[in-house]
Amino acid sequence: MEQFFQQTINGISLGSIYALIALGYTMVYGIIKLINFAHSDVYMLGAYFGYVCMTSFKLGFLPSLLISMVLCTLIGVMIEKIAYKPLRNATRIAVLITAIGVSLFLEYVTMAIAGANVRSYPPQTGILDQSFNIGSINITMQQIIIVSITIILMVLLQFIVKKTRIGKAMRAVSLDSDAAELMGINVNTTISFTFAIGSALAGAAGIMVGIYYNSINPLMGMLPGLKAFVAAVFGGIGIIPGAMIGGYFIGIVEVLVSGYSNSMYRDGVVFAILILVLIIKPAGLLGKNTREKV
Amino acid sequence: MLEIKNINVHFGVIHALKGISFTVNEGEIVTLIGANGAGKTTTLRTISGLKKLTSGNILFEGKDITHASAQERVKLGISQSPEGRRVFSSMTVLENLELGAFLRKDKKKISDDLKMVYEHFPILADRRKQAAGTLSGGEQQMLAIGRALMSRPRLLLLDEPSMGLAPLLVQEIFNIIKNINKTGTTILLVEQNASMALQVADRAYVMETGSIVLSGTGEELMQSEDIKKAYLGG
Ligand SMILES: Nc1ncnc2c1ncn2[C@@H]1O[C@H](COP(=O)(O)OP(=O)(O)OP(=O)(O)O)[C@@H](O)[C@H]1O
Ligand SMILES: [Mg+2]
Repeated sequence: MEQFFQQTINGISLGSIYALIALGYTMVYGIIKLINFAHSDVYMLGAYFGYVCMTSFKLGFLPSLLISMVLCTLIGVMIEKIAYKPLRNATRIAVLITAIGVSLFLEYVTMAIAGANVRSYPPQTGILDQSFNIGSINITMQQIIIVSITIILMVLLQFIVKKTRIGKAMRAVSLDSDAAELMGINVNTTISFTFAIGSALAGAAGIMVGIYYNSINPLMGMLPGLKAFVAAVFGGIGIIPGAMIGGYFIGIVEVLVSGYSNSMYRDGVVFAILILVLIIKPAGLLGKNTREKV
Repeated sequence: MLEIKNINVHFGVIHALKGISFTVNEGEIVTLIGANGAGKTTTLRTISGLKKLTSGNILFEGKDITHASAQERVKLGISQSPEGRRVFSSMTVLENLELGAFLRKDKKKISDDLKMVYEHFPILADRRKQAAGTLSGGEQQMLAIGRALMSRPRLLLLDEPSMGLAPLLVQEIFNIIKNINKTGTTILLVEQNASMALQVADRAYVMETGSIVLSGTGEELMQSEDIKKAYLGG
C-alpha cells in the first residue's frame, strides 16, 4: 500500500509535466486543428533555456522558470508565424508535414548548437534539495514545487480562457473561426496568442523536468511529447480540462506500471491506452462523439 | 450607404460572382433573392470581408473598404448574421451576445443594447445562461440576429434568417426585422423565402448563377410574371 502511495505521488509529478505539455497540443488543435509536432521540441528548448539560465547565468529556479517560459513563448509564436501561418489555407496534411519538419529542425539545430550529448542540470540546493517523509512515503520538495506550479499555471489558464477578452476570443475562434471573424475578432492574433500560451506551459514543463530528472538532451521531447499527445487524446483533443485529466492519468499509469511490473512495459501501456481510447471513445473522455466537421 | 461595384469573386476556377453591382441606401431594407448556388451567401461574405474578391470595389458610406479587414468592417458598422446561424454552441446565450460586442468598450451602452436585444427577443433573456447549442433552431436564429445587433451595426446583413423555421416563426422573424429597420438600422436581407422577403423589402435584386438579373421595388418584383413563376410558386 505504501508503495502504491509512493508511486502515485511520483506519478502525479510526472503527470503534471504531461498535463502541461498536453495543454499546448490540445489548445492548438482546438483552434487550428493541427497536431503541432514541434510542440514537444518547444518543451525541449524550455529545458535548455532553463539549463543555460541556471548554469551560465547562475540564476535561481524561479527566474530561470520565467525566462524559459518567455523565450518559449517567443519561439512558439515565431514557429506559428513563419511555418504555419503561410499555410492557413493549405491542406491539413501539408501543415502536418510542415510541423514534423519544424520539429526536426528544432531538434537538429539544438544538436548543432548544444551538442548531441546528454547534459546534466546543476545539482539543486536549498529548498529544492529537501524532502520529507510521511510514514515511509518520501516526498521531495521538487515534487511539491512541480505540482504547485502546475496547478497555479492551470488556474491561471482557466482564468484567461474563461474570463478575459482574449480567452473568449480563443474559445470563439476554436468553435467557429468564420463566425468569430464576424464578431470582429482578429483570428490571426488569437491563434498567435494560443501558441504563446501553449509554448509558455511547455517551457515551464521543460525546466521542471530538468530539475526533476537532471538530464536533458535534444531529443528529450519525443517520448514525453507523444505521451502528452496521448494524454490530450485521452481527455478529448481540443478540450482543456481533458488535457489536464489526461496528463495526470497517463503520468500515474506510467509510474504504476513501471513500479509494479516491468518498467519496459510502461511506454507500451501508454500506447495501448491510446488504441483503446480510439476504439472505445474516439472523442476522448470529455469529448462528445460527433463526427468531424468538414 | 453600401455600393457594390462590379465585383468578381472566384473559388478556384469557379466564378461565383460575375461582376455584380448594386446599392443599399441608408434606412432601406434591400433583399437579395435567388436560387440555390446563385451566389447570395458569397456576396454577403465578401461584404463582410470573409471572402477576398478578385476585382471590383466595395464602398461603405463613401469609403472604399474593398481591402479592409473583417474587423475594420465590423468597426465601421457592418455586421452579419450568417447562413446557418453559426452561434457559438458551447457558450451561453449571454456569452454569445457579449461576443457580438467584442470590439466595443462602452460598457454602459453595451448593456443598453443587451436590453434592446432582449426586447426584440424576450426568449433570449430567459435563456441567457443556457448553452447556445441547446436552443431550438428558431431561438438560435434569434440569437444570431441578436448577436449581430450587439455590435451596433449601421448596416445589418442577414443570410436566410427564415431557414428551417415554422411558418409562424418566419412571420415573427420578419416582423422583428421590420422593427429593427424602423429603429434606424439599414438591412441587406438574403432570402430563399422570396414572397416574405419581397413583402418587407423596399427594393430587391434577383441573382442567378453569379449575376444580378433583375431589380426593382419589392412590389414591382412581386407583380413580375418571371418572379412569380420562378420564386413565388406560380
Ligand atoms: N467554399 C467554397 N468553395 C468552392 N465553391 C464555393 C464555396 N462557397 C460557395 N461556392 C460556390 O459558389 C457558388 C455560390 O454559392 P453561394 O453559397 O454563395 O450560393 P447561395 O446563393 O448562398 O446559395 P444557397 O441559397 O443555397 O445558400 C456556388 O456554385 C457554390 O458551389
Ligand atoms: Mg446561401
